[in-house]
Amino acid sequence: MSQFQAGSPVDPAVARRAQRLWIAVLAVIAALLVVRAWVGTEVGSGPSAQVVHGYGMVYVEQKGAMHVQVPASAWAEAVAADPAQRQVTVSWPRTAGVWIAALMTLAVLSFLWRDNPVYKLAESVVVGVSAGYVMSTAVWSSLVDQVFGKLAPGLTKEWLSPGLTVTETDWWALVPLLLGMLLLCRLSAKLSWVGMFPLAFVVGVFSGWRFVQYVESDLLAQVATMFDPLWVPGPTAAATVGGTLCAVLVLVGVLSVLAYFFFSLEHKGPVGGAARVGIWYLMITFGASFGLTVMGRIALFAARCEFLFDDWLWLIDPAGKH
Amino acid sequence: MSRSVAVLVASVAAIAMVLSKFIVPMESAETTVAEWFNAAAAIAFVLGGASLLKMNLLAISARGPGWGYSAVTLLAFLATLGVGLLKVGVAPSVAYPGHRMSGSTDAEGGALWWLYEYAMSPITGTLFAMLAFYVASAAFRAFRAKNAAAMFLLGTAFIVLLGRTYAGVVVTSWIPADMPWVSWLRLENLSAVIMSVFTTAGTRAMIIGIAIGVAATGIKIMIGLDRSYLGAGSGGGNG
Amino acid sequence: MASHGGQPSFLERLDRMDRRWIFLAMFVAVAAPILWVGVTGKTFPEAPTPAVQGAFDAVDSLPPGARVLVSMDFDPASAGELQPMATAIVRHCVLRGHRICAMTLWPAGGPMIDGTMQDVLGDRPDWKYGEQWVNLGYRAGFEGLMKGIEGIADFDLLVSVSAGYAGAKEWVQYSVSPTLTGPRPLRFVAGSTGVQTPQLIPYYPNQMAGILGAIKGAAEYEFLVNEAVRKADPNAVVPAKFQEAQRRMAPQLFGHVLMVALIVLGNVVFVGLRGREARA
Repeated sequence: MSQFQAGSPVDPAVARRAQRLWIAVLAVIAALLVVRAWVGTEVGSGPSAQVVHGYGMVYVEQKGAMHVQVPASAWAEAVAADPAQRQVTVSWPRTAGVWIAALMTLAVLSFLWRDNPVYKLAESVVVGVSAGYVMSTAVWSSLVDQVFGKLAPGLTKEWLSPGLTVTETDWWALVPLLLGMLLLCRLSAKLSWVGMFPLAFVVGVFSGWRFVQYVESDLLAQVATMFDPLWVPGPTAAATVGGTLCAVLVLVGVLSVLAYFFFSLEHKGPVGGAARVGIWYLMITFGASFGLTVMGRIALFAARCEFLFDDWLWLIDPAGKH
Repeated sequence: MSRSVAVLVASVAAIAMVLSKFIVPMESAETTVAEWFNAAAAIAFVLGGASLLKMNLLAISARGPGWGYSAVTLLAFLATLGVGLLKVGVAPSVAYPGHRMSGSTDAEGGALWWLYEYAMSPITGTLFAMLAFYVASAAFRAFRAKNAAAMFLLGTAFIVLLGRTYAGVVVTSWIPADMPWVSWLRLENLSAVIMSVFTTAGTRAMIIGIAIGVAATGIKIMIGLDRSYLGAGSGGGNG
Repeated sequence: MASHGGQPSFLERLDRMDRRWIFLAMFVAVAAPILWVGVTGKTFPEAPTPAVQGAFDAVDSLPPGARVLVSMDFDPASAGELQPMATAIVRHCVLRGHRICAMTLWPAGGPMIDGTMQDVLGDRPDWKYGEQWVNLGYRAGFEGLMKGIEGIADFDLLVSVSAGYAGAKEWVQYSVSPTLTGPRPLRFVAGSTGVQTPQLIPYYPNQMAGILGAIKGAAEYEFLVNEAVRKADPNAVVPAKFQEAQRRMAPQLFGHVLMVALIVLGNVVFVGLRGREARA
């Protein structure tokens, strides 16, 4: 059989057709973006209204040392009042940011068609940026004030954190530093055994915390609710019947699901019957969880669509941002 | 020997945390340990960053397929770390206008904020948003009402999916809202009943079961019976 | 299994349908309503459920000047669901004149606080930092940090808008439950993603005064706050930025209807093909 069987995916003719199709699709998208820019958007209202031939732009107003984002209408009003004003201007770094964010969003969505280098690039970027962000934040918010600030308060206050309130050295701050250094030993094959001790400390602390809190909050408090009155009087007969029925159903449900999860007794007879009822309750619980999960996922995608149509393409403006 | 010491450390730490809850003079110990943990957690992030650096450098030096993406990851990581640690572009705080490092590292307008707002935030948001598509595909291909339990599950899902939107109001708008004996059958009310009765019951039982499990595990750690966190093998150093 | 003459039947073609058609359907089901709502400005009416009403009442019943700790325990990945919730709750606190202490348990949650406070306080120059509100920023260490907040029991209300761990559950376990049997139980309200809501429901109402579940909860809360504003001033115009969750209910509706249709269609295909196999 020929390596390049006509019509197969590795057939060069198919690959060339696919490439031409992709170029055509990208050309159409680029053309639409150009047309969008040419059509323009009216910003501002009344006498200050003007058409901006562009989109995805971010306007800022200088307030002291900071630049605060303002709607495009604010820029239109400022320019109408004084064409030479420099108080409200286009922020090119933020505008470039919006475009990069939009292209990255499309790059990630391209995975829905097929895995591709553009998606992989976006994925690599987010892994690096996320790790760097979390590390920077952790260093400044925890290490600088909690460790360096306590071990060398004078130096830290002078060079890094002028708002530091600690004035005297607290040598106990060496403990977390030591714990952390020992944890870093996990990276070395020879010294990884040293990392056992801080790990054991962390596990011990966590399990002790959780022991008390889970027993108090999730065991005792939840069991206590099962002793709430089953008779729930309401303003009307229907409310009383409904409330009471719901309370009974909750109690029955909790007991039957607990019976289902209790595997030390064979699920036969009354226990088996209770376990079967428990399964029905669990099916309803999982069905509701599924419905809520779907709701969450769709909301996330809706937010991304809003970004593309509102912040980038300026096709809609529900919040009056431009 | 080192494993035994580690087990003792875990056991003492766990018991101390439990006792600090009940012995008033020991309450401050709990606060102190909490602060230590804050700092140790921050160092754990450094560990994560170092691990990322190591893995990607190995991938780049091995020049295997896709090594370019490792280079991009490394570049993004180092650039973000650099601008974050040096507070590039961050305006000084109002309280200390003369001190370059007084502003917050993620303050608006800074380079770290820019990377967060225009790189990290949109990409992570979109990655999670893609789940909406996969859930739809799974719904078509995998959710089969093969038995009564599955039908229960799917039926509940339909009620919640429709009841938590305006579609539920429309579908059962013919049921009078002012007749309490039947108004609970309206989809929006039915979905609220499902949440407050059946989901509450099912999840409450699971929470109680998990709490018993956590308590049992905690006791096993306190008495040194559970050593799974030490990993396999005899460990290095003095035995 | 092909039918007559080796040609796949309609059901078989449907069963083997490229999933990218489903992706396209989901895209249209979400994008089209967003464009429609963006152009028309129309939203669906909301009817608050008891759990959301409980959350609203917990904030509304506090006297002006009450201390409220708002913990925004989420990052950009969940902002689509939780940002409208955080904005609505903070706005409600501002309208009631409560003093807000904002913080987050998530390293990437800091900008969420900044964005929320800017959205709500952008046109409120009377709200001074350090007097009516403070930002504690990110507090690392997960469970342990709760002890680091001085005087947490002195707060009149604790609010957590939570995407997972660490979040509302940890607040209930470590900060709320220990106070319930004491002289001054700490009142708590949670907002959570759809995924986390079933896990928090058992805490309501004994350990939690109210819960906002998913974008629907956010829309109901927004509706309650906006109704309160209109009741106080019938001529008040509610800015569109405070109706974000209500706008997102339109794509939710079509997305959910599509999901139901896909499940039904998938089962019709399944039953049809199984019947054909049984007959063959």
